[in-house]
Amino acid sequence: MALRKERIDRGIKARSEDIFAVTSYREMLYLIAPRALPILAALVLSLIATPYWQRVLISASVFGILALSWDFLQRCGMVSLGQALFFGVGAYVSGYLNQSLGWSPLITVPLGAVLGGVFCTLLLIPVLRLRGIYFSMVTLVLPLMFERIIEATKILGGTEGISGLDPFPNHWVELYLPLVAVWVALFGLRRLMGSDYGLVLSAINDNDRSVISSGINIYVLKAQALFIGASMSAFAGGIMTHIYMFVGMPVFALDYSILPIASSVVGGMGTFAGPMLGSFILVPLSELLRGIGGLRIIVYSLSLVVFIVALPEGIFHYLQRKYSQFERWKAF
Amino acid sequence: MLFGTLVYGFINSVILALVALGFNLTFGISGVANFSYGALYVLAGYLVWIFINLVSLPYPVSVALSILATALAGALMYRFILLRLRGMVVSEVIATFAIGLTILEIFRYLGFIGFQYTLPVFSTGSVDFLGVYVDYQRLSIVGIGLLLAAFLYVFTHHTRTGLAFRGIAQEEQTALSLGIHSDWVATLSMAFGAGLSAVAAVAILPLGTISVEGGYDVLINALAVCIVGGLGSTVGVVVASFLIGYAQMFTSSYLGASWVMIVSLVAILIILAAKPSGLFGKQRELEERI
Amino acid sequence: MESVLDEIDHNLLSVSGLTKKFGGVTAIDSVSFELEEGRLLGVIGPNGSGKTTLVNLITGFVKPDVGRIVFQGTDITRMSPSKRAHAGMVRTFQMVRPFYQLPAFKNLIVPLYSPRVKRLAGGRYGDRDAVAKDILEEVGFERDSDVINKVAKVLPHGYLKRLELAKCLAMRADLVILDELFSGLSMAEVASILPIIEKLRVDGKTIIMIEHRLRELFRIADKVMVLNFGQKIAEGPPRTVMDSEAVRKAYLGTETEG
Repeated sequence: MALRKERIDRGIKARSEDIFAVTSYREMLYLIAPRALPILAALVLSLIATPYWQRVLISASVFGILALSWDFLQRCGMVSLGQALFFGVGAYVSGYLNQSLGWSPLITVPLGAVLGGVFCTLLLIPVLRLRGIYFSMVTLVLPLMFERIIEATKILGGTEGISGLDPFPNHWVELYLPLVAVWVALFGLRRLMGSDYGLVLSAINDNDRSVISSGINIYVLKAQALFIGASMSAFAGGIMTHIYMFVGMPVFALDYSILPIASSVVGGMGTFAGPMLGSFILVPLSELLRGIGGLRIIVYSLSLVVFIVALPEGIFHYLQRKYSQFERWKAF
Repeated sequence: MLFGTLVYGFINSVILALVALGFNLTFGISGVANFSYGALYVLAGYLVWIFINLVSLPYPVSVALSILATALAGALMYRFILLRLRGMVVSEVIATFAIGLTILEIFRYLGFIGFQYTLPVFSTGSVDFLGVYVDYQRLSIVGIGLLLAAFLYVFTHHTRTGLAFRGIAQEEQTALSLGIHSDWVATLSMAFGAGLSAVAAVAILPLGTISVEGGYDVLINALAVCIVGGLGSTVGVVVASFLIGYAQMFTSSYLGASWVMIVSLVAILIILAAKPSGLFGKQRELEERI
Repeated sequence: MESVLDEIDHNLLSVSGLTKKFGGVTAIDSVSFELEEGRLLGVIGPNGSGKTTLVNLITGFVKPDVGRIVFQGTDITRMSPSKRAHAGMVRTFQMVRPFYQLPAFKNLIVPLYSPRVKRLAGGRYGDRDAVAKDILEEVGFERDSDVINKVAKVLPHGYLKRLELAKCLAMRADLVILDELFSGLSMAEVASILPIIEKLRVDGKTIIMIEHRLRELFRIADKVMVLNFGQKIAEGPPRTVMDSEAVRKAYLGTETEG
């Protein structure tokens, strides 16, 4: 007797699909829980966590922004192997503005995001017309080059970096700015991609000649998307600078390039929620592994390879599937 | 000083070309950009060191084994990981990148850092070339480079496998319908590229020490050369190697060694501004997929 | 040098001396023709005669080596494909590739999002979803059935072809270029799409149709052009072309070769 695996929507999912869900507590809970729980959890955690774990939360949020922007760029057909480029440029711009002009972090961080975004977009515009692989190559190479150049020419503080920068006005801003920012980024990107503008952006990735023959200049749109992704990561960089009150060569390090990719692959590429979930898993994980030092990057890259081959859909898709469907074996 | 710079510039260019050709070859044939290239380079170097120092094998045997092992690593990488990701460019790129990273960082973690990690030179001694001293190792590098160029040319123009390589590179569909096995050729091209990186490693690493950072440098240089010369174009890679090679050498002689990386960066920026697809790069994206 | 005024009068599209080589192969060899506004031009020829290359050249996806293309009085030879579409020249693709994950009507959002549509609609887009559904109904998607909402992945071939046609309607094209729209369709499906194309003609659109289905094409074409090995070997009303000796040789010659 031949068996096959069958996936069926769960009863509760089917029941809660229309407006009658309002009449049942169970069904409402089913709908609201996945949406409210993470936010509640984040809120609660942020309040009860020790200062050490608050740092971890902040770090996870910053990396979450990086991961979200990476996923967004990837959805638009730009696979970046160097998110550190945007991150580092944002970090340095914020740090430099703070050091030389004395502006408050509340100004330098957003300014660093915009200026960093513009700079990186202009840098990468020529590559947008070429095959996607060029974008990956150039984004890989540039941050590594910047790192070595800063080391060699000792500009922007050289190997010592720029230290003694201002922190955020108070502890609560420091904690909640990144936390709120990453949630805003998540919701913002999802709305963006759900709009018609977002549809056209992902259409460019899907079938660009079709978009071209609809009279749309895809390169202008791609540049816009690049700016959005780049400035988001630059924003994250600026936050990082003022949390540690320091910016140096390491902002261009591979860590900041590989972690967003690992988060997205592990969490689920293309879903936005997945990359954020991924970073909130991987960052605390790496903290727990801190004792093992250099093993961290190996863990990221290995899990990347494993996931991309074995579970390419990512954890988030898997969870979503489990939540709304169940499997059973059925006879032919 | 000028003549010395010219001579050493030539050698530097050959080194760059040696390093970039493997990466370019794999991409040109199978369309796979092997971002683990730098890692394979370093892997080959460390393998030779291990064979010589820990297993006490003679030098020639170690070299041969290492080249084979690295080529095998490339083939296995394709067969077991990339094969499943064929066609999904995003995943391919990420996978090779991550594998390379893993290899390099594992070496770093295991402590393979230090001045004792060197490879023996082919032979000591040097030659007086019109007033400039060139050691035999560097001479051998040039020799190997030329030999390799000649070998590659003969291979791709006069052997069945080589012609199959070119066929797939030029027109995959037609080649497929002629019975040339796309996956098999891709595996071979990965192995080939990896083997080339091993050859380059064996020739160049004796000049200094084997280091994990060197692996990243190799990748950066290979990418820079390919970006400037045009991915997929052998002529472009060679020309770009000489351009960048000489520019680096002149900068190093007259401005100081710390400015070398800036040269590569400037070269990339200029090319992006003037001719983004590279000096000899093929046409832009759209036309290739009509 | 001929005056541009000569062309503005009645020719919507004017192509002269178009040549394109790919490596050693001359795909299009010195092709010239003119198309008046409101006419339907059929382009036929054996496989490999260069029909699709011609479309790619006219629409800008491939740049010619030699030659000139004038559309609505403007020299567009160097113009990018998106600008040509913006000017009103819209094409379908022989290899149909919709946005598979999107419902049928959402597939039209992209053309409805274009600056051209915004301009023609007086600066505002309106409700794109509603407009999309209307257009789909025009090309034969039954409004009552659920097919308008079905994901493109599950649509049968005939509907996908209609979707391609719908994109041209969405763009409010002046010149519609259909690249083998009828390929893969049954005679019944072709018969049901023909009236839609007729309606386009009645609305004053200019149409170029690349086709293999000669019988249906000859019924509606004003003028037919025949390509063989990249060269134009015949041009004229369908009747004349059908009787042409050169055309017979081109088609029949190919058959007896194998």
